Amino acid sequence: MKLSDKELEVVEILEKDARISADDVAKMIGLSLQETEELIKKLEKEKVLVHYTTVVDWSKIDGHEGVTAMIDVKVTPKRGVGFDEVAERIYRFKEVKSVYLMSGAYDLSVIIEGKSMNEVARFVSNKLSTLDSVLSTTTHFILKKYKHDGTIFEPLADDDKRIVVSP
Amino acid sequence: MKQTKSYLAKTVEDLKPSGIRKFFDLAAGMEGVISLGVGEPDFVTSWSAREAAILSLEQGYTSYTANAGLLELRNEVSSYMKKRFHVDYNPKSEIIITVGASQALDIALRAILDPGDEVIVIEPSFVSYAPLVSLAGGKPVAVQATEEYDFKIQTHQLEKAITDRTKAIMLCSPNNPTGTMLGQKELTELAAFIEKHDLLVLSDEIYAELAYDEPYVSFAAIEGMRQRTLLINGFSKGFAMTGWRLGFVCANEELTAAMLKIHQYAMMCAPTMAQYAALEALKGGREDVEDMKKSYRRRRNYFVQSLNEIGLSCHIPGGAFYAFPSIVSTGLSSEQFAEQLLIEEKVAVVPGNVFGSSGEGHIRCSYASSMEHLQEAMKRIKRFVEK
Repeated sequence: MKLSDKELEVVEILEKDARISADDVAKMIGLSLQETEELIKKLEKEKVLVHYTTVVDWSKIDGHEGVTAMIDVKVTPKRGVGFDEVAERIYRFKEVKSVYLMSGAYDLSVIIEGKSMNEVARFVSNKLSTLDSVLSTTTHFILKKYKHDGTIFEPLADDDKRIVVSP
Repeated sequence: MKQTKSYLAKTVEDLKPSGIRKFFDLAAGMEGVISLGVGEPDFVTSWSAREAAILSLEQGYTSYTANAGLLELRNEVSSYMKKRFHVDYNPKSEIIITVGASQALDIALRAILDPGDEVIVIEPSFVSYAPLVSLAGGKPVAVQATEEYDFKIQTHQLEKAITDRTKAIMLCSPNNPTGTMLGQKELTELAAFIEKHDLLVLSDEIYAELAYDEPYVSFAAIEGMRQRTLLINGFSKGFAMTGWRLGFVCANEELTAAMLKIHQYAMMCAPTMAQYAALEALKGGREDVEDMKKSYRRRRNYFVQSLNEIGLSCHIPGGAFYAFPSIVSTGLSSEQFAEQLLIEEKVAVVPGNVFGSSGEGHIRCSYASSMEHLQEAMKRIKRFVEK
């Protein structure tokens, strides 16, 4: 699907800040408020704008630190459906945050979030490894998130260093 | 020591302190100020350029470079200018890497001026032009660009200022402080005027990367003007590298050789690590520059429309990152407006009169500030105007 220049601009602006008002977006792209609202509705309807969410630094919240693991999964693809069927079986679990088909040494990259290492381990041994098509799994736990989806969690001195007035 | 006379040079004593200084002093002591008074990008230099400078230090590139700058950098500048602005300069004999566009302006003026030579400065203008002309021994002659022509200078306005001592015109497009950009048509008219009066042009093109609506046209790309142009550009604005102090000047061989004489005695060369950073900035692809430009354009659209909505009429600036709205409707002078806005609402702007007499009745607002800051500043300006 091909987007117009204005549509593309709206997508870029909202991707950076989903909470910006439609009025401000309208001014930024030089359309009327009504035109802008219609344009956003259209993009929502077509699922270009899938949904709006918030990046949370859970590690800051006591008792909710959680554990994230990236699991390399080797599978046997099935005739006719390839990797899609097993991918679907995996992504339906609510613990699974992302599933990607990869080139290289393994087939699927699965990202799991759980409350504890135990919980993740249980998921891998009980649910994931027992699937028929799964040949092997390698689990990597994430120790610290520095940057996530383009957001740096603890930016170093992000303040404005410019002098207040300059020519 | 008995002092019977001033030891200071007359030229320096006669220089007026910049009107911007006063606002800096006022704003610097206040808490919670949102500054729209900043004449530089709000972006930090790209990490790849910063990383290249760090690497150059680690590898020990800490000595002088050639006077004119690293040949590798001049080669890159040459192909950049060709690709982006369709002007062709020989990296070996027609390009000098300078300490910011400011030093480029300085050596350009010193290379061409004899005592008493006149240089036309189109106001509202960057605050350094007239003082730099004076310091080079010349006489700055102010000509006012006016709001009725969207601050685009007209040749009939220039005509009156021409004398037999007029040597050059200083041009800045997109302009600081008005944001006005001259297009092909206006530049062609200007070129005919330059030709007719046999003048040189110091074309300050430091904001060339920040042209939002139309492709940028370099004055040197206008037919016949390459020989008459000292083209000044740099990395400060387009590449967000103000603190590195790195610019360059392009001109024909004769002018370049003259400027290089001054540069080699007065400066030796531009800082080496900054040159390595700039090299990476040019080689590293245009994504960073294009992203910044996109972001400025959106903020410009937002800010200028919001100004017009609250009754501060403002033409759409074609480039740079300044809006130059009229504040005449408030009944205040530029200075009164800027001072009261700062004290009452803690928003710093620069009064238009510091850029020349035709800037009176206007303020310069830099929109190189985050959207959150611009939104909050707009709220405060609205409250101030409605009082």
